Amino acid sequence: MNIWVIFLIVFVACFVAGWVFRFAGEKITEGKPFFRDMSMGVAFGYALGLVVLVWVVWSYYLSRTLPAPEVNKYFFFRMAIDGFILFSIAAWLFRLLGRIVGTQATKKLFRQMPLTASFGLMTILIYAVLAIFAGLLAPYGQEQIIQGAAANIAPGGDPAMGGNPAFPLGTDQIGRDILSRLIYGAQNTVGIAFVTTCLAFVLGGTLGFLAATLGGWLDQVLSRAIDVLMAIPSLIFALLLMTIASAWAGSQGGMLTAYMVIIIAVIDSTRVFRLARAVGANIVVMDYIEAAKLRGEGLFYLIFQEILPNALSPLLAEFGLRFCFVFLTIASLSFLGVGIQPPLADWGTMVRDLAQFINFAAFAPRVASAPLLAAGAIALLTVAVNFVVDWMLQRSSGLKE
Amino acid sequence: MSRLLTMKNVWIEGRSDETWTPIINGIDLHLDKGEVLGLIGESGAGKSTMGLAAMGFCRDGVRISKGSVYFDGIDLLKASAAKKRSLLGKRIAYVAQSAAASFNPAHRIIDQHTEGPVQHSVMSRAQSEQDAIELYAKLRLPDPEQIGFRYPHQVSGGQLQRAMTAMAMSCRPDLIIFDEPTTALDVTTQIEVLASIRDIVDQFGTSAIYITHDLAVVAQMADRIKVLLKGDEVETNDTRAMLSHPKEEYTRSLWAVRHFKRPAKPAVHTSATPVVSVQAISAGYAKVDVLHEVSFDIHEGRTVAVVGESGSGKSTVARCITGLLPPREGVIEFDGIALPLDYRKRTKDQLRQAQMIYQMADTALNPQKTIGEIIGRPVEFYMGLKGRDKRRRVEELLDEIELPADQYFDRLPSELSGGQKQRIGIARALAAEPRFIICDEVTSALDQLVAEGILKLLARLQDELHLSYMFITHDLATVRSIADEVVVMKDGKVVEQGSKTEMFSPPHHPYTDLLLSSVPEMDPDWLSNLLAERGVENIGDAAVKKMK
Repeated sequence: MNIWVIFLIVFVACFVAGWVFRFAGEKITEGKPFFRDMSMGVAFGYALGLVVLVWVVWSYYLSRTLPAPEVNKYFFFRMAIDGFILFSIAAWLFRLLGRIVGTQATKKLFRQMPLTASFGLMTILIYAVLAIFAGLLAPYGQEQIIQGAAANIAPGGDPAMGGNPAFPLGTDQIGRDILSRLIYGAQNTVGIAFVTTCLAFVLGGTLGFLAATLGGWLDQVLSRAIDVLMAIPSLIFALLLMTIASAWAGSQGGMLTAYMVIIIAVIDSTRVFRLARAVGANIVVMDYIEAAKLRGEGLFYLIFQEILPNALSPLLAEFGLRFCFVFLTIASLSFLGVGIQPPLADWGTMVRDLAQFINFAAFAPRVASAPLLAAGAIALLTVAVNFVVDWMLQRSSGLKE
Repeated sequence: MSRLLTMKNVWIEGRSDETWTPIINGIDLHLDKGEVLGLIGESGAGKSTMGLAAMGFCRDGVRISKGSVYFDGIDLLKASAAKKRSLLGKRIAYVAQSAAASFNPAHRIIDQHTEGPVQHSVMSRAQSEQDAIELYAKLRLPDPEQIGFRYPHQVSGGQLQRAMTAMAMSCRPDLIIFDEPTTALDVTTQIEVLASIRDIVDQFGTSAIYITHDLAVVAQMADRIKVLLKGDEVETNDTRAMLSHPKEEYTRSLWAVRHFKRPAKPAVHTSATPVVSVQAISAGYAKVDVLHEVSFDIHEGRTVAVVGESGSGKSTVARCITGLLPPREGVIEFDGIALPLDYRKRTKDQLRQAQMIYQMADTALNPQKTIGEIIGRPVEFYMGLKGRDKRRRVEELLDEIELPADQYFDRLPSELSGGQKQRIGIARALAAEPRFIICDEVTSALDQLVAEGILKLLARLQDELHLSYMFITHDLATVRSIADEVVVMKDGKVVEQGSKTEMFSPPHHPYTDLLLSSVPEMDPDWLSNLLAERGVENIGDAAVKKMK
C-alpha cells in the first residue's frame, strides 16, 4: 500500500480516537474541566502519542525476539531503549540515595529535584570521576598499542561476534583499547573544554560588565569590535586561526592545545560579552547601583559586589550551554584534524578515526557502533549539562517570585 | 433592582513553597444592576484577587477552592472555557491598574478596541470604529477622531487609562471591574479620569466593582463600600453611612491616617546659612531643557517639600543636587561652600553629608545582599568600622528604625514587606551620618497606614538628629503632614514657594490652586460639587493646558 494512504489512515484514526477519548472522558468524569475544555488538537495529540508509544513498544519487542540476521535492523533502536531504561533507573536510584544520605540541605535539594536533573547530575559526576582518575581506571594507556591483540576487535566482548573479553569495547584500527581511550578522552576533551569556558567567561564577563557600567565610547568600541568578531562564522574563524597557530606551534602538540584554548575562549567570549553587557545594563539602572555610585564606590566594588551577584543566574545558565558549545567546537576541530593532536585520546578524533565503520551498520551493527561510542559520550554529556542548567534556571527564577 | 453578581462564601488559595495558603477566607459579595461597589484595603488584602474571581478567573498558581460565583444566573466556576470566553469581554470587562502595561505596544489603540466587539460578533469593524470614536468623545479624550489611530506610547498615561475604559465599554458590558485605574496617575489627571468613568458608568447603567486603596477616591465612585483586610471582610455599608459612621476599629484607623500633622516650627533666622542652597540652576538631558533657574534654600532641621506633577522636573532637581546630572548653569552650596557639580569630583565627606532615599525600595536595595551587608557597607565605607564595631553600629541603626536587629540582620530584602524595605533604605542613609537627606517620593508606593509610619519615623529622626530633608512628592496630603516649607514646580520652573501655612491658605498661584483643589476629599459629593462649581473644562489636564 502507498505510504501516503497509510499516513492518511493513521491521521484520520487519531482524529476519531481523540474525539472518542475526549467524549468518553467528559462522560465518565462528569465534566471535569480537563476533558471539557480540551481542544481537538490536544485530544489528537493524545491519540497520536498513544500510536507512537505502541509502535515503540512493538519494535522493542521485535528487537528482543527476532532471529539473528533480522534483529540487526533493530540493534541501535534496542541499544537506545535499553540505555534509556538503564539511565532512568540509575537516575532514580541516585536521587533516592541523595534523599537518604547527606545533610539536611542536600536532602531537601534532592527531594525537589526532577528526574532529568538527577540524571544530569549523576552523568556529570561519573564523567568527572572518570576524568580525574583516568590513570587509575583505564585498563591500558591511551597511546598504548597492545602487542599480541588484533586491531579492529568489535565491541561487545563476544568472541562469536568478533569481540574479545579482554577489550569489552574493542580496539581501533591500530590496536588501541577503545575503553581506555574513551576514559582518557574524558580527561582531555572535558578538561580542556572546562578551562576554555572559564577563560571565555572571565574575559567576556569582565568586558561586558565594564561596557555596561562605564558606557560611552568604551562601550561603543568594545561592542563594535565584538560585532566584527561575531560577524565571522565561528567554526571557520577558529579553523583559520588554528591553521595559523599550528604554523607557530610547530611540532609541539602542547603549544597547539594552548593556542586552541585561547582561540576558542576569545571567540566564545564574544557571546558571553553580549549577555553580560545586556544583563549588566539592566542592573546598572537600578537605584541600588546609583546609591553605591553616590556613596563614592569604585568600579571594582560596583562590578564584583553589586552587579555580579545579581547577574549570576543567567550567567550560570549560559555557562552550562557555552560549555556544551565549546566542547562541541573542540570535538569538531579535532574531527577536522586541527584540535587535540594524536596520540592524545580525544572523542572528536576518535569519531573521525573510526568513522568508516559506520558503513557496516546494516549488516554488522556491533562493528559500526565503535565510532558511535565516542559520539555517544559527547551527546550524553551535552544532554546532561543542559538538564542541569534547565533545572538551575527554573530554581533561580522560582526563587525570584 | 435585580441581582447581577452573587459570590457566596468564596475561598481562594495561592500556591507558595509547595503548599496552598489562603488569600481569601470565605467572602460573600453581591452586586445589583447599575450599582458600583468599592473594594478597599491595603496591598495584600486580596482585593485584586477578589475582583478577578468575580470574572471566574484566577491568576496562575491561585485557585478558588470553595464557594460559588453566579453572574446573571450563570455559574462561572462550573462554566466551560467556551462559555466563559463568550462572557468575558462581552458582558464582563476588566480595566487594569496600568493601562500603559496592559495595551499591546505593537498595535494601534483602535485596533485593540475593535477586537472585542468583532470577535464577539457584536458589531462589524466599521461600526465598532465609529462607536470607539463616540466613546472617546464621551470620555472627553482630546481629538477623539484621531487618537485611536495612535500607538499606546504616543498617548499620555491619563488618556491611555480613559482609552482602556472606552475599550472595556466597547461591547456595552453589564459589569466592569476597575482595578486601581487611577493609582498611577497625577492628581490633576486622576480627577479627569474619575469624572469620565463616573459619567460613562452612569450613562450606560453599567455595574462596576471599583478596587482601590484610596478612600477619598472610592467615596466619589461607589454606592457601597466593602473593606477587606488580609482576605477577610471587615465591613460593608453604603458609602455615606460608612464614611460618617465606620463601625470597625480598622476602618476607623484607615480614615484617621490623613490626619497626621506635625506642629509648625518657628521661623528661620534670615541670617542663618542654609544647609543646602540651590541657586538658579538650569539643567537638561541632551538638547532638552528640563530645569529653568530653580532656586531654593533648605535650612537645618527643616523639611522642604518639592511638589509638582510627573514631568515637572522635581526629580531632576534631586539628580542635580546629588551630582548625577551636573547642571548647565547655577550653583549648589552646602553650608555656604559651593559643591563640585559632578558627583565624581566631590570628596568622600561631601558625598557622605547628602544622602538619598528612593521611591521604589525594591530597586533601591540589592536583592542579593542581607540587611546587615546593606546597612553595614556605608558604616564600613565612611566610618571605617569593621567586625564587631560595625555589627554593633548596624544594630543601633536597626533599633533606630524600629526593626529588631536579631530578626532582621541576616534577612534578604525579598523577605521584607514594602514598609520594612523603605525603613532599611532610611537606615542606609542614616548610616552615613548625613546632615541632609533627599526623600524621593518615599511614601507613594506604600499603603496609607505604612506610609504614615514612615512619615512619623522621618519626623522623629529629624527632631533627634537635626536632619534637613528635601521631600519630593506629588501627594499634597503628605506635604500637609510633614513639610515646613513648600516649593511648587511646573514645567521645570518654581511657580510658588513659601512656608506651609502660607501655601495652604489663599490666595494661591492658579497652578497651586489647581493642585490643591484636585486632591480628592472624603466627602462623597466632592467631585460632583467641584464639577458643578468649575465645569468640566476647568479641571485636570485641560486646565493645566489653559495655563500655558
